Amino acid sequence: MQFENPATTNPIDQLKVIGKPIHRIDGELKTTGRAMYAYEWHDPNLRYAYGYPVGSAIAKGQVTSIDSAAAKKAPGILGVVTTLDVGDLQKGKLNTAKLFGGSEIQHYHQAVAVVVAETFEQARAAAALIMVDYAPEKGAFDLRVEMANAKTPDPSSEPDSSAGDFHKAFSAAAVTLDAEYTTPDQSHAMMEPHASIAAWNGDEVTVWTSSQMIDWWRSDFAITLGMDKEKVHLMSPFIGGGFGGKLFLRADPVLAAFAAKAVGRPVKVALPRPMISNNTTHRPATIQRIRIGAERDGKITAIAHESWSGDLPGGGPETAVMQTRLLYAGENRMTAMKLATLDLPEGNAMRAPGEAPGLMALEIAVDEMAEKLGMDPVEFRIKNDTQVDPENPDRPFSHRDLIGCLRRGAEKFGWDQRTNPATRREGNWMIGMGVAAAFRNNLVMPSGARVKLDQDGIVTVETDMTDIGTGSYTIIAQTAAEMMGVGVDKVAVQLGDSRFPVSAGSGGQFGANSATSGVYAACVKLREAIASKLGFNSADVKFENGEVKSGNRVVRLDEAAGEEGLVGEDTIEWGDLTKTHQQSTFGGHFVEVGVDVATGETRIRRMLAVCAAGRILNPITARSQVIGAMTMGAGGALFEELAVDTRHGFFVNHDLAGYEVPVHADIPHQEVIFMDEIDPYSSPMKAKGVGELGLCGVSAAIANATYNATGIRVRNYPITLDKLIGELPNVA
Amino acid sequence: MRAFTYERASSVEAAAVAAAQNADAKFIAGGTNLLDLMKLEIEKPSHLIDVNGIDLDTIERTQDGGLRIGALVRNTDLAADVTVRRDYGLLSRALVAGASGQLRNKATTAGNLLQRTRCPYFYDPNQPCNKRNPGSGCSAIGGVTRHLGVVGVSEACLATHPSDMAVAMRALDAVVETVKPNGEKRSIPMADFHRLPGDTPHIETALEHGEFITNVVLPSPIGGKQIYRKVRDRASYAFALVSVAAVIHSDGSGKVAVGGVAHKPWRIEAAEAELPNGARAMASALLADARPTEENKFKISLTERTLAAVLSEAKG
Repeated sequence: MQFENPATTNPIDQLKVIGKPIHRIDGELKTTGRAMYAYEWHDPNLRYAYGYPVGSAIAKGQVTSIDSAAAKKAPGILGVVTTLDVGDLQKGKLNTAKLFGGSEIQHYHQAVAVVVAETFEQARAAAALIMVDYAPEKGAFDLRVEMANAKTPDPSSEPDSSAGDFHKAFSAAAVTLDAEYTTPDQSHAMMEPHASIAAWNGDEVTVWTSSQMIDWWRSDFAITLGMDKEKVHLMSPFIGGGFGGKLFLRADPVLAAFAAKAVGRPVKVALPRPMISNNTTHRPATIQRIRIGAERDGKITAIAHESWSGDLPGGGPETAVMQTRLLYAGENRMTAMKLATLDLPEGNAMRAPGEAPGLMALEIAVDEMAEKLGMDPVEFRIKNDTQVDPENPDRPFSHRDLIGCLRRGAEKFGWDQRTNPATRREGNWMIGMGVAAAFRNNLVMPSGARVKLDQDGIVTVETDMTDIGTGSYTIIAQTAAEMMGVGVDKVAVQLGDSRFPVSAGSGGQFGANSATSGVYAACVKLREAIASKLGFNSADVKFENGEVKSGNRVVRLDEAAGEEGLVGEDTIEWGDLTKTHQQSTFGGHFVEVGVDVATGETRIRRMLAVCAAGRILNPITARSQVIGAMTMGAGGALFEELAVDTRHGFFVNHDLAGYEVPVHADIPHQEVIFMDEIDPYSSPMKAKGVGELGLCGVSAAIANATYNATGIRVRNYPITLDKLIGELPNVA
Repeated sequence: MRAFTYERASSVEAAAVAAAQNADAKFIAGGTNLLDLMKLEIEKPSHLIDVNGIDLDTIERTQDGGLRIGALVRNTDLAADVTVRRDYGLLSRALVAGASGQLRNKATTAGNLLQRTRCPYFYDPNQPCNKRNPGSGCSAIGGVTRHLGVVGVSEACLATHPSDMAVAMRALDAVVETVKPNGEKRSIPMADFHRLPGDTPHIETALEHGEFITNVVLPSPIGGKQIYRKVRDRASYAFALVSVAAVIHSDGSGKVAVGGVAHKPWRIEAAEAELPNGARAMASALLADARPTEENKFKISLTERTLAAVLSEAKG
């Protein structure tokens, strides 16, 4: 199905199932431990072996030799495969750093060997006996130092944009801001580690893994292994979080495949937690400069956003300026990105790449600008709202209700109770409120599905879509149920299998809208097949209560299917609506914090997000997405930072004791409100993504609340107490 | 993790004898730190002596009105003990400030004292570390040091001791009771139990090989306001940037130990004479010899400010 024109009324609009607060259909499997995650697949007829990876001890250089002799004598050992054994491998199309093979070391903890034994414990013990000799080389590890060498990246990343004459307007502006902000490297820190099982059958391989994007992985796995994609079967039906860290093929399936080949048995490989931060990808650090010029009435006349980030050669920039091209009005504008070469692990997508760190900076800048203007920051944002793409005013937003989100949020949160900076105290707590806009583009991806109807009236959806904890199973079941006129109890959903039609996958908050649209398209085909089989005129056929109706003829779905059953399969593809109309999601984040006057500890007291993201397919799973993202933003604002050892080039705090993510005590109260809206330009579902919106801007709202509490402006994340303590009031 | 042999000891004597027979042996109780370190091969005992079966899990009054805490009393039980909560509130508060409920259910009194540092370089076997590999050098010096020590540090080591409980015990003048493999008993004041790193940071306590902690004894209750204030980046389940354990009497005198700043719970009794002069005076005396890094110098003012908050709370 080609989606070329705005959606008109369709069966989804019945809202009998879609939009209802239906609990996760896979919830019982998860709460009873029956949802099988990658490492847990177990066929009692197979003799699994266990692989343990060895990571590079240097950040850059060459492996000169690997001595496996001691490991090969260890108890239970079945085999050792080293990076030198396999030689240079073709790199996956979507990988920047190579995952395995050859002598070159590009980053710390790059996989250099996998040790296979009868048990996990034996493999781990033997892995410690592998002796690797390196010829280290000097690397570049410090973004601040390399900033001077940064270059404009590949044009495909659209590094620069401009409209009007920024410099002239900025120098003429009555009120200006020119400030630098920094965001640190961050780790996805998902609960389920990267893990895979590989089992060969002749020249075909089955890989159970933890992947957000089945087809991307399958393709890059085949390239890396130098084999035919058709001979790779990939399974990832349950994923314990990804956040972008499982978008691209990782080392574990590659190691498992080589190991399984070497020992002639299926092999399980999980990345140990201390290896994950440096072996995989991370959100790259940024240095951002923002300049805003405005008239005294608060109208922005000039806005510029520049960002510097680093990556390995061949990598890309953190696109932290993108939202600034679209979020606020202003006739004169420019954005620019610069990319430095860094020999740290690969920087790549982490939940809301670009917007998350970009808004961390921009939304502090906007708060600062409002203060300079003597304006309320909510009103300043509203004054500079735009209904068109400000760089290309002929291009409207498909639907934009930032103002609605901010007004509703301000009312609900009690924004009018906000006081001047550093004036509100409750005992030892300095109390402050902050606001920020949320903004994230609505991306769409082609997405396929197959929908089967059987003689029991059961509708089965098959697609290689993934559920990374987001609720894909449930909203897909709701979509099929709505389309076929049944309840979700009559729908079975099968995901994450490369034998199924290729879907959007999970990423860029495109999964829910794209994948359900693919299911919609397949259901349209199935409805046509049913109507055709029954000889109904498909234009006036109704599907409801498990029946197909046309005029006064009524046939039960199970009867319609018959013994042979019926199938519909299709892929949703997207026309030009994303080009003619800017499709984005919006929100307002409101946060209240307390800062301990003595210690500078910042603790969140309450958070509210008001989101405008098209039709909400399921308010339970959507809310979970938003509160999870708000929690992630709390970590990003207050303590998450991969600490770089700039001498040796690695992230030092590479476990979950050193890299602190929020715990329950950090998140006392969260509320989410969804604006009641639809966006017919987005898809037949009239929905948009919401999985990343909740993270966009929230850290800045926390930063702004901290400023309001203390009067201390911190522009370098995370806002830890050491950055406040020098300016806190005297308590001695 | 290296393969190891394992036995259960049913008495202190049996445990001590078993340890004496194997220079690589370690006692294991809760295992909440030891097992993690074994997985990373930072600890490589060839033999584990499981002491959980030894009858040392009670809390009893001593003859002079103090409290004898069995080495195997779990942190949860110790924190919840009615006598501890009434007479040694500082200890109870410090315990519940540490780790998580699950860990406190497993962790023991003796094991808590024997926790090893959380220095990230100690935890990465690829990096030189004088604790892990004496003489290999300290990678923390010149590296990422925000969490590390500011006082009592050496050219060989910047590590801190991670325990909360130990800081409270130091302020409460606890004494560690031990038995050596030859049967000799010792009472080691908390002041002497943990060592400063010097040039031998791998030697962390006064214990000899095979010496077994049987109890920790608290003196008779000293009253006062007992406050444990732990400062950390996230609200729970994090190691202290700085913690202050204080017993403050109504006349302004008191006892103060500080965590998160040194290789051991940091207390200088002489500095306590400055308490009536306020937090700044006290902190100056306590940290007079501090040698912080650029990254962790905030701990100096943080200690002073936290102490100020504690003294203010004690007055209130």
